[in-house]
Amino acid sequence: MKALLGLLSKEIYHILRDRRTLAVVVLMPVVQVILFGFAIRTDVKDVRLAIVDPSPDHVTLEIRHRLEASEAFTTVAVLPTTAALDGFFRRGAAQMAVVFEPRFATRLDRGLPARVQVIADGTEPNTGSTRQNYVLAVLRDYDRELGTAAAGVRIVPSMRMRFDPTAESSHLFVPGLMAFVLTVISALMTAISLTREKETGTMEALLVSPLRPWQIIVGKVLPYLAIGFVSMVLVILEARLVFDVPLRGSLPLLLFEGMLFILVSLSLGMLISSRTSSQRVAMMGAMIGTMLPTMLLSGFIFPIESMPEILRWVSNVIPAKWFVTIARSIMLKGVGLDYLWPQTLVLCGMACVLLGLSTRSFHIRLE
Amino acid sequence: MTDQIAIEARELTRTFASFTAVDRISLEVRAGEIFGFLGANGAGKTTAMRMFIGLLAPSSGTARVAGHDVYSGSEAIKRSIGYMSQRFSLYEDLTVRENIRLYGGVYGLPDKEIRARSEGMLARLGMEQSADTQVRAIPLGWRQKLSFSVALLHRPQIVFLDEPTGGVDPITRRQFWELIYQTAAEGTTVLVTTHYMDEAEYCDRISIMVAGRIGAMGTPAELKREFVTDSMDEVFVRLARPSQVEAP
Repeated sequence: MKALLGLLSKEIYHILRDRRTLAVVVLMPVVQVILFGFAIRTDVKDVRLAIVDPSPDHVTLEIRHRLEASEAFTTVAVLPTTAALDGFFRRGAAQMAVVFEPRFATRLDRGLPARVQVIADGTEPNTGSTRQNYVLAVLRDYDRELGTAAAGVRIVPSMRMRFDPTAESSHLFVPGLMAFVLTVISALMTAISLTREKETGTMEALLVSPLRPWQIIVGKVLPYLAIGFVSMVLVILEARLVFDVPLRGSLPLLLFEGMLFILVSLSLGMLISSRTSSQRVAMMGAMIGTMLPTMLLSGFIFPIESMPEILRWVSNVIPAKWFVTIARSIMLKGVGLDYLWPQTLVLCGMACVLLGLSTRSFHIRLE
Repeated sequence: MTDQIAIEARELTRTFASFTAVDRISLEVRAGEIFGFLGANGAGKTTAMRMFIGLLAPSSGTARVAGHDVYSGSEAIKRSIGYMSQRFSLYEDLTVRENIRLYGGVYGLPDKEIRARSEGMLARLGMEQSADTQVRAIPLGWRQKLSFSVALLHRPQIVFLDEPTGGVDPITRRQFWELIYQTAAEGTTVLVTTHYMDEAEYCDRISIMVAGRIGAMGTPAELKREFVTDSMDEVFVRLARPSQVEAP
């Protein structure tokens, strides 16, 4: 026990004396959440819109007015023909275009379909289709108000996403981001601190000593668990204050699940460090081993439901997948452990397996 | 240790894939002896030492350290030995005193004992002034001496020193060897690897490893007589040469 306390206080000295790293580790998640939170939002806002209206009439003017009235679009040009449109897209001056058919109001009056084409910038496919949906919703609203149900407005592009005007994308993103940043820094912290001891030779001294592998591991994990906790609290505060993400469920439960998830990530970092003895390799390993899978397969950016079956299956081994579900459910839906126990059990299992494997790798003697 | 044998190896072997780093070495180190482990870089001295201290499992053969078998008694061995690696084994961002405290705790010494021993150690090393300095800020020679003393903090029966004087100036090396003598005089067995031939002369007995095998073993005087020369350098070169010719 005393040996363990000694190890713990040693680790705390390491952490506190390396102020710069400490600051990076604690503040990085906060900064990343801000950057990503603003950068990856798919909200429709201030989209540069070009309008092609060959024969302006009261219907097209009303639709244009409605598009402009929302904060979503800023009209950058009103053109008589589609000839110049290409140039606008190429220069990036327009991100979207709405093209009305000539004699729009007249056709509607006669009961003919009036066609309007909604063109989105294809280089941003995701946001593009969100924007298309937004325009579509405006058109439908207007159509319904006109009440001429039989002769509806027809829109050319095919729509894939459902438009939900109340969905703030950051509400979905921020819990996912929490998972992302916490897993990356946690894995990095243990991976680097263990390989540093290997590089400087102090690990040998510990291994030659009567310390048990579990003592060395607990001595490493506990201090970084504390740092992870501080980071997590900051990120949750940030989610509430900056992004206005609701916290409908229980905060203690969220903190508990977060700690569990951080523990899994720390263990992953340890396992990575047991496979290499260079800090640089460990750092790359921890970054690639956590960043890419979390980004791609956790459901944080890309919905898991729309993945091919193999990837859906693979996503089950990504710890972040489970934590993203947990964090979203607690924060957005306000559900409790009665609903989240399967995910929680999975994380517990992962923690046990990873800790077990790292303990074993300490048993196996140094190369 | 009724027979006064501190370290005993029989046909001890370690292979890495197809490479045999240590090839059937047998030796006995008597308690209280300063035993020098000599050899060129890559001759296998560090590998052999790592098997004795439990950092590496032998491929075959047997060895007993402080009376315990290296296969089954590694926990008991760990408590009876001290080790100073060729890489530095103190924490650079901890102060001298914190390092001593840490290792004292790791070896399960009571607080009072740690305090008493660390004061004694600092006084002996003349480092009272630097006790609260971070290790990174003290000169290399001092660090080596400190590292050595920390390895002895828990009063082990045997201390293993892996090239302890690498990169150290001659004066400090001299002082370092005085520390080793003191330690041996207090009854601790010292096994030291080195490739400085002048240091071989300071040892009670030496073994010279060549390509994983023990090329020669005995007191420095015996070896010089055997090779009919008055310098250890010459002994070493004659041993190393033929192996280079034989090498595939």
